[in-house]
Amino acid sequence: MNISLLSVFGYLVGIAALVGLNAVILVWLERKVAGHMQFRLGPMEVGPHGILQTLADGIKLVSKQLVIPDEADKPLFLLAPIVSLVPIFAAMVPLPFSETVQAWELNIGLLLIIALGLLNTLGILLAGWGSNNKYALLGGARAVAQILAYKIPLLICVMTIIMMTGSFSLRDIAIAQKDTWNVLYQPILFIVYIITVTLETNRSPFDFSEAESELVAGFHTEYSGMGFSLFFLAEYSYMFIAAGLATVLFLGGWHGPWLPGVAWTLIKIYSIIFLMMWFRWTFPRVRIDQMLSFGWKILLPLSLINFIITAGVLAL
Amino acid sequence: MNRPIQPTYTLDKVGEENFALNLGPQHPGTHGVLRVILHMDGEYILKADPVLGYGHRMQEKIAENMTYPQTLPYVSRMDYLGALSYNLAWVLAVEKLCQFEVPERAEVIRVIATELNRISSHLLWWGAFLLDLGGFTPFLQALTDRERILDILEEITGSRLTYCYFRFGGLPSDVDEEWLTRVLDFIKEFRTRLPRYHDLVTGNVIFHHRSKDVGVILPFDAAGYGLSGPILRGSGIDFDVRKHEPYSGYDRYDFEVPVDQNGDCLGRYNVRMAEIEQSLRIIEQAIGSIPEGPVRSKVPKLIKAPEGEVAVAVETPRGQLVIYIVSEGGKKPYRVKYRVPSFANLSIFAKMARGQLLADALAILGSLDMVIPEVDR
Repeated sequence: MNISLLSVFGYLVGIAALVGLNAVILVWLERKVAGHMQFRLGPMEVGPHGILQTLADGIKLVSKQLVIPDEADKPLFLLAPIVSLVPIFAAMVPLPFSETVQAWELNIGLLLIIALGLLNTLGILLAGWGSNNKYALLGGARAVAQILAYKIPLLICVMTIIMMTGSFSLRDIAIAQKDTWNVLYQPILFIVYIITVTLETNRSPFDFSEAESELVAGFHTEYSGMGFSLFFLAEYSYMFIAAGLATVLFLGGWHGPWLPGVAWTLIKIYSIIFLMMWFRWTFPRVRIDQMLSFGWKILLPLSLINFIITAGVLAL
Repeated sequence: MNRPIQPTYTLDKVGEENFALNLGPQHPGTHGVLRVILHMDGEYILKADPVLGYGHRMQEKIAENMTYPQTLPYVSRMDYLGALSYNLAWVLAVEKLCQFEVPERAEVIRVIATELNRISSHLLWWGAFLLDLGGFTPFLQALTDRERILDILEEITGSRLTYCYFRFGGLPSDVDEEWLTRVLDFIKEFRTRLPRYHDLVTGNVIFHHRSKDVGVILPFDAAGYGLSGPILRGSGIDFDVRKHEPYSGYDRYDFEVPVDQNGDCLGRYNVRMAEIEQSLRIIEQAIGSIPEGPVRSKVPKLIKAPEGEVAVAVETPRGQLVIYIVSEGGKKPYRVKYRVPSFANLSIFAKMARGQLLADALAILGSLDMVIPEVDR
């Protein structure tokens, strides 16, 4: 491996810019999508169509005091948002945007992203425990309780794709879909993937650890200012990564006519993110026990059956 | 020193996972200053203790010290979402006590305004209930339509929330044809929008899972706890004051009392949604049959009630409201008692919440349609 210090620095700056820009765009997009779905306009004041609203909000959040509750476990309380955010920078590394635009071609890139995705839950649990607030604790506990119910179907989804391609490298998986996208072979798997990923990113209708009407604000009840915004940054970055993974695994990565590869990747990523926003602003929240049984009784068998059938077809 | 009474936190059963969760007075799920101390075992509720009185304003005592017209604008502060029903109940009680006549046109306009108010209250409930279930969009959908009702009512009452439109012996001012056509236009458009509500929510599978068989109230309990309104009818008991003890000429209109046999959150939801349609029907009939004539009968400037007592029941959006006045003659009542629906409806919450998940308890609380100032009075 020949990686110079300069290129590492370049990657880091690039990814940091991507994370920041993505959050700015997504927060704005979410408010716009929500607004238009609810017959309102959303932010309109700062900049044309409120495009700079997130920036203004960001400045406000940064300048606010980070209130630490007296009874909180201070080190954990401060660590939690960082634990939640930092893995993003590593998880973005193996994500290919086109045949050439990729931070680092890693032969186990897929495994890395899946593994780092779990750290977000650790951040939520730390926040829930460290806040010393019962609502936050319930939120953290919920986040942990749901891990297995969605991670196993998610892993089986990913395994099926790996089996079809024979590689853990995201680049190879995308290249293998040059002619036909995986979603055409595996439509059910794609649906299972989208559901599990919505769960993983704690998005409504599965936002149990936040659950506004039940847990006030869930795990980030006690967070203000920068701590709060780091959690948001993490949430939107995980959405980006999840959508990016969906693009590579199912939608053929950068492949598409006319436009350059990067443009196709971004279009696909933001389409999936739009789909997730659409869920959020349409559905009521599922109850946690119903979601657990849904994960174990429907998603898991569905993905397993799909896996076995795929294995059978491949063996033939 | 008057210290507020602090309820104890002693847990009935102390285990490793047991804790007391203080739900409210500031909590997005309680819709007001209701506080419930939940004894939890993990996510399950062992016991729920509602703590009331954060918004207690001594409404009854204040009414004893004010003249009848002075109390009139104050009653609507109890149930700010169904203000006209309270307005109506007070007016009806005093009219019954003093034996004032009410012109027929005034009665019809009262019905139109009260039913519009009922629809706006149910719309807000619909949005807030879905908010409790975690769906945000329905709330704004409902508010868009509610806004139009508020505009319509503002035109005749002058206010948007705590209305004071009715007067002893009629109304302060008449409505014109333009206003009536405006109401009809609203109904016409609202009928096209109501199916959207059902498309978005009623048929949703997540909504069904969250509300079906959740918080079942048996008819026996519903009657025993003194529940009323859509909650009682959602438990299969057919009782509506408008139908069974008609006032203000409700017996002239052809409408049904929606009843659901299931007694769960979905049943209460269905009853309220059907009630919106029935209210639309009543308004249409009322506008169709509105007579000409004066809207206010001759009433003495200084209202002095004769000795006696009177009780009047009115169906508010939340249930049966009874206003009971004891008069010893003179300008002020001797004693006033409000039997408010929300207070009775809340009483069953402790029983229903036991053994439920936290999420279900909030769905149940949402389905009860609480207005906390009404509970606290």
